[in-house]
Parts: sequence; structure tokens; C-alpha cells
Amino acid sequence: MVSFFDYAIEILPEMLSGAWVTLQLSVVCITVGIFFGMILGVARVYSSKFIYWIVTAYVEFLRGTPCLLQLFFIYYGLGDMGLLLKPILAAGIALGINTSVYQAEYFRGAIQSIKPGQMVAARSMGLSKWKSIRYVILPQALRLVIPSSSNEIIYMFKYTSVAFAVGVPELLAQADLTGAMNFRYFESYVVAAIIYTIMVFAVAKIMSTIEKKVTIPGLQLAQ
Amino acid sequence: MSTILEVKHLTKKFDDNEVLKDVSFELKKGETLAVIGSSGSGKSTLLRCLNHLSPPDSGQILLEGVNINTPEIDINSIRADMGFVFQDFNLFTHLNILENVMFGPLRVRGLSKKQARQIAAAEIKRVGMIDKIDSYPAQLSGGQQQRISIARALALKPKLILFDEPTSALDPELTGEVLSVMTALANEGMTAIVVTHEMGFARSVADKVIFIDQGLIVEQGEPKIMFATPRHERTRLFLSNFVRLE
Ligand SMILES: Nc1ncnc2c1ncn2[C@@H]1O[C@H](COP(=O)(O)OP(=O)(O)OP(=O)(O)O)[C@@H](O)[C@H]1O
Ligand SMILES: [Mg+2]
Repeated sequence: MVSFFDYAIEILPEMLSGAWVTLQLSVVCITVGIFFGMILGVARVYSSKFIYWIVTAYVEFLRGTPCLLQLFFIYYGLGDMGLLLKPILAAGIALGINTSVYQAEYFRGAIQSIKPGQMVAARSMGLSKWKSIRYVILPQALRLVIPSSSNEIIYMFKYTSVAFAVGVPELLAQADLTGAMNFRYFESYVVAAIIYTIMVFAVAKIMSTIEKKVTIPGLQLAQ
Repeated sequence: MSTILEVKHLTKKFDDNEVLKDVSFELKKGETLAVIGSSGSGKSTLLRCLNHLSPPDSGQILLEGVNINTPEIDINSIRADMGFVFQDFNLFTHLNILENVMFGPLRVRGLSKKQARQIAAAEIKRVGMIDKIDSYPAQLSGGQQQRISIARALALKPKLILFDEPTSALDPELTGEVLSVMTALANEGMTAIVVTHEMGFARSVADKVIFIDQGLIVEQGEPKIMFATPRHERTRLFLSNFVRLE
């Protein structure tokens, strides 16, 4: 039996291709999540009562159901209805929607922590509500949201592993596959765990670098 | 001098609380009007009604002869012409000093970056803060922040500026620098309405003073005359508090 290191080298190509899929899936989900999270967060603070209730119901509904159920619904559920999506696409949509509602809550919190005087000052200068949001509220909210948003991003990065359940060949799926083929699950999972850890460490590092880069004196969440 | 602002029978209620009851006055171009009165008398509400931050219930507000208290009016363009300076400055936290003052020309007036920068630099110079152009608001003292917020209002080239207790949030040693900027503006012919507790400023700089009590203008006139010989008992009582304090 070859040693752990030799085995790890042997399965590395498969594992790295899994890691690459994980990375791609994460980037898509996280981008979708932040973009829609921002829109939903703004809508929850600034829109009319009617839209507020729709958005609130949507967010609470998605936060109240398991991510795996959402994934199965989009892949198998919609598939049954005739809308057949590729596994990777179904996973991207399901996980993107899922993470967006969490991001929405973080954006809402960030927006609500901005002093009302900022909006009043912009409006008093003759700026419309939407331009005030665009030029005053969002640049501040995007900075304030980084710490909590980063947690969600890291969480999502790992959570893309549920895509395994619909057959996406991401990192966990590849660990499972190589483990089954070689009857060495233990080592395969260890290699996967190491790769996840390295990637998550890199993501965390990127986020903290961004946070430092965009920091502005006097602009932070009250402790 | 021509009349720039005429306010007629302005009223404002919050629920059952009649905060402004039939307020009328006028202001000529280049004049500084001081508004004085005790806490809760409706001074801030009056200013906020003028630019519809708090829409009035009834009455007319004629800006250069045009009634702006009608639903058809484009309130954003009116607001751009009426600068507003807040008690607590409200500079944009995420922008540096230059960007704060460029904000109006750039985002509200739609000028180019280059033009906005020129206007902003001139206004920042005017309030004596050109060496702080790269700082962020949080890095400045309250007095400095207020001077920048005056520059931000000026950069829109407003027809008049509304000041709501611009020195009340400042430590006493910082009020002087802000008042001297405002005095210079008054001398240069800027039209302004200043809600203030600085009786020295009202007496020596304002062309006209209004004493407001419980939503009514009790007395208005030339400051030197009003301060020396108030005609109403309530004005006399209000002013006597300040004589004792000063
Ligand atoms: N948004 C609001 N909703 C309800 N009531 C308000 C609102 N704004 C002001 N008021 C009430 O209107 C009255 C006048 O308030 P205003 O702020 O105009 O007084 P002020 O003269 O500016 O006082 P101060 O010197 O303390 O600033 C007060 O009784 C206040 O409680
Ligand atoms: Mg007030």
C-alpha cells in the first residue's frame, strides 16, 4: 500500500479539478448573493410598505427552509415540471439565492447603522432618494457590511459542498469518488479537508485585505 | 434690494401639536435674518418647512416671487438653491473634505469632475481649510467640520443658506471660527437665515431678527432696536436670560 503522500499526489489531479469547480461555484454564488443581497437589503429599508412586505416574506421564507431542500426543489422539483437544469447551474442558482437572503440581512443591518443625518444631508442638497442611496448610503453600507459579509462568504464557500447531492463534481464529490475507487475514504477526505482549509484561509485573507484597503477613518460599526 | 423670500401664513402640525401657527416674514437679497426663541418654539421646523424636509401644511413660500409650496414644484431643484447647514454637520463620512465639497457640483449640479474640483477648492479656501483637503470628517474638530459643511453648501451656489444652530454642538472655544466664517459671508452679501442662540452674532451681524415663541412670530425687526427695547413682554423675558448669561 502506497503512503499517504504518494496517494495524495496520485489523486491530486482529480482533487484539484474538484477544487476548481468549488471555486467557480463559490464565485458565482457569492457574486449573485452580494448583488441580490444588496438590492434586497436596500428594499427592506427604503421601499414602500407593499414591497417591504413582499421582500420580508421572501427573505423569511428562504431563511426558514433548508438549503438542501432549496437545491432539490430547483434541480429535481423544477426538473419534474419540465425545467431541466444542469446540476452546476441548479446549484449556482439555489446557493446564490440562499446566500443572498443572508447577505440581505447584513446589508439591512449595515444600512440601518448609518446615521439618518447622512440621508437627510443628501436630500437637503436636492439629490433624489435613489441617487442619495447610490452615492451616500451604498458606499458606506458596502464598507460596513464587510465583516459580517465575509463570514457569510466563507460559510458559503464551504457550503457549496451540498452541490455534491445533485452530482456536481466539486471537491467533496471528488473526494468521495477517489475514496470509493481506491477504497481509501479516510485519506481522500483528509486531502479534501486540507484543500478546503487552504482555500478558506486564502478567502479570509483576501477579505481582510479588502477590508483594510477600503477602510475610512470614522466609518465603522459602533462597537 | 429685491425681495428673495416671502413667507405667508405658514402652518405646520405634528399630529395635534401646532408647531407653526401662521408664520409670515420676508427677506431681501443679501440680508442675514436671525431667528431666535426658546427650545421647542418651532425654529428648526420653520427652516425644515422652507425646503420641505418637513412639508408645511399650508401657506405660501415665495422664492424670487414663485410659490414653491405647491405639489407641482420640483423640490429637488429648490433644495439645491437653498443650502442647509445642520447643527451636527452631517458631512458625508465616506468622503474626504474635497469630495464632500465636490459632491453638490458633481452629483446635484451634474458638473464635470474638473469643474467640481475647481469650485470645491475655491469654497474650501474661503472657509480657510485648504490644508485639510485630504482629511476625512472624523479627523477634524467640530468647528472645522462645520466650516466644511458651510463650504459644501456654498459649492451649490445657493440663492440663500439656512443655518440651524450651526454652533450649538460645538465646544465654546470652537464657535468663534464658525461665526467668523458666517460673518464674512454676511459681509460678502450672502443671503442667510440663521437659527441661533448666539445673541452676540444676532445683534451685530444680522440685518433683521425674528423672535419666535410657541410657533408664532412674537416680534421682528432690527436687532439693535429689538435687543435694546423689546416691545413684548415675552421677548423681554427671553432676552433677559441671555443678558444674565453673557
Ligand atoms: N418630526 C417631528 N415629529 C413630531 N413632532 C416634532 C417633530 N419635529 C419637531 N417636533 C415638535 O415640534 C416642536 C418644535 O420643534 P423644533 O425642533 O422646531 O423646535 P426648536 O425651536 O428648533 O427647538 P430647539 O431650540 O430645541 O432646537 C417641538 O414640540 C417638537 O417636539
Ligand atoms: Mg432646533
